[in-house]
Amino acid sequence: MARTMYRWCSVMGDAQIVPSLSQESRQGLTLISPTLIYALIMLAAPLAMVVAFSFWTQNYLDLDKTLTFDNYREAWTQPIFQVLMWRSLRISLIVTATTVVLAFPVAYYLSFHVRSRKALWLFLITVPFWTSYLLRVFLWKVILGYNGVFNSALMNLGIIDEPLTFILYNANAVVLTLAHAWAPFAILPIFVALEKIDRSLLEAAEDLGDGPVRRFFRITLPLAMPGVVASTLIVLIPTVGDYITPKLVGGTDGLMVANMIQVQFGKANNAPLGAALAVSSMIVVAAISIGIYFAGRKFGGKIR
Amino acid sequence: MMGRAMRYASARWLVVYAVAYMIFLYAPVILLPLFAFNDGTVVAFPLTGFTTKWFGLLWSTEALHGAVRNSAFVAVSTALISTVLGACAARSASKYRFPGQRGVMGFIMLPLVLPEIIVAVALLVMLIQLGMSLSLWTVIAGHVLICTPFSIAILSSAFAGLEDSLEEASFDLGETRWGTFRRVTLPLIMPGVISSLLITFTISLDEFIIAFFLTGTDVTLPVYIWSQLRFPSKLPSVMALGTILLVLSVALLMVAEVFRRRAVRRQGMDGGSTQGLI
Repeated sequence: MARTMYRWCSVMGDAQIVPSLSQESRQGLTLISPTLIYALIMLAAPLAMVVAFSFWTQNYLDLDKTLTFDNYREAWTQPIFQVLMWRSLRISLIVTATTVVLAFPVAYYLSFHVRSRKALWLFLITVPFWTSYLLRVFLWKVILGYNGVFNSALMNLGIIDEPLTFILYNANAVVLTLAHAWAPFAILPIFVALEKIDRSLLEAAEDLGDGPVRRFFRITLPLAMPGVVASTLIVLIPTVGDYITPKLVGGTDGLMVANMIQVQFGKANNAPLGAALAVSSMIVVAAISIGIYFAGRKFGGKIR
Repeated sequence: MMGRAMRYASARWLVVYAVAYMIFLYAPVILLPLFAFNDGTVVAFPLTGFTTKWFGLLWSTEALHGAVRNSAFVAVSTALISTVLGACAARSASKYRFPGQRGVMGFIMLPLVLPEIIVAVALLVMLIQLGMSLSLWTVIAGHVLICTPFSIAILSSAFAGLEDSLEEASFDLGETRWGTFRRVTLPLIMPGVISSLLITFTISLDEFIIAFFLTGTDVTLPVYIWSQLRFPSKLPSVMALGTILLVLSVALLMVAEVFRRRAVRRQGMDGGSTQGLI
């Protein structure tokens, strides 16, 4: 997110020197223009419209275009929205932490111990990601349900007498499902960062008397930090806005902000409030992402 | 000596962990074929017997066939459009430098990090304001937006290995711009193009949120599946449908991977390496 903002600034800054473009620049811009124009019409314009909407009000079909902060006031002060926002943040922070911590050893194993079959391992890790997200989430519902796979298996084995009910339709089910769904995304960036580490640094540390643990915390982990930050952001940003998982396995206690946004645009027919919720959650996520990005830069990237 | 023994021990634990992790990754997916062939109306253990009737049931469901046709149309259109747009951007980024390039590329790649619900809601708001009716074309518009960054990522590595001298030689020998593209550039990047087509096709085929928001009366396959999930009696046939989709996705991916490796090899790099995959 921070990088995106920086990029925006650089576009703005460069806009003034457009008249004196070299031939190379003109050719490059001409070639990229179809893609850029598409992104401007289909992404920039709609996003701008959402922001505009969040300052308007709506009565059934009539749109009142007087600027107002009422939607934001409602989005930030109404208890229901506060609860949903906090829950979304809490769930996706737990998911992110779990996913990244569980993924690190796998990435480490791939980078440091697998010699000739790296591509195969990476392929196997990405395959489940390419199968329908909707179906994968739904399968967790099948696994965790009252008469589901998990309960029926345990009852057949005689471990429990009646089905466990605390495993589905709550926030824990959402955490488990999301942690599973986003696992491959966490592994890949960490793996890339680990691959870039110069192995001679590790030998040097060993020669200078560092044990494996000390060596890990002084060299491997700090140098892998850019990858850890990348995978943290890659998991965190989309999970805050996830719609399917809370809807399918969350019950009423596991609903998140995306479900509320959908309700506002759908049944509640209050698009401006939905827009204010969407913009608010984007701002919150962007702020947290920037924080994580800078924390990662401060604590990693160089040998300690 | 101690250090080496410890390293072997830790390596063994890492193998065990990595394999356990893979089992966790694959556990839900394994259930699809298991229950698709299970002769029972409830999806639960113990399995009751082998049957292929759920697949037969799919064959006779009219609504499903419509959804498959819609999805095929959306996915093919999305793959073609986003690969063309991706090729323009990837070529421009790999060959030319212009002011603000990083910003422009960053903006085009933005859908990769935006939650899909934001993209879906934003497009919905705009389309309604413009008074456009929702149809398969609006779904395609949304899918092209999120697929183009993937296409750029794949095609960038295809273009990166391209030697300028080959194109220059073609110009010197009197070929036109278009002739050079068709006879020199395109054949060289063809594996990348095919890989991009397959990946964007697969993403579009599986995408739910944007299709859910932007679809009109014609539903795509994931939206159809979503509507079926409410009925417990439909679960076994959903499992059968999921199995077919799983096999299809994996097959497409493997073909895409073969072409990607061929693209890498064609450029003289090590085909087994992980370059370009990430």
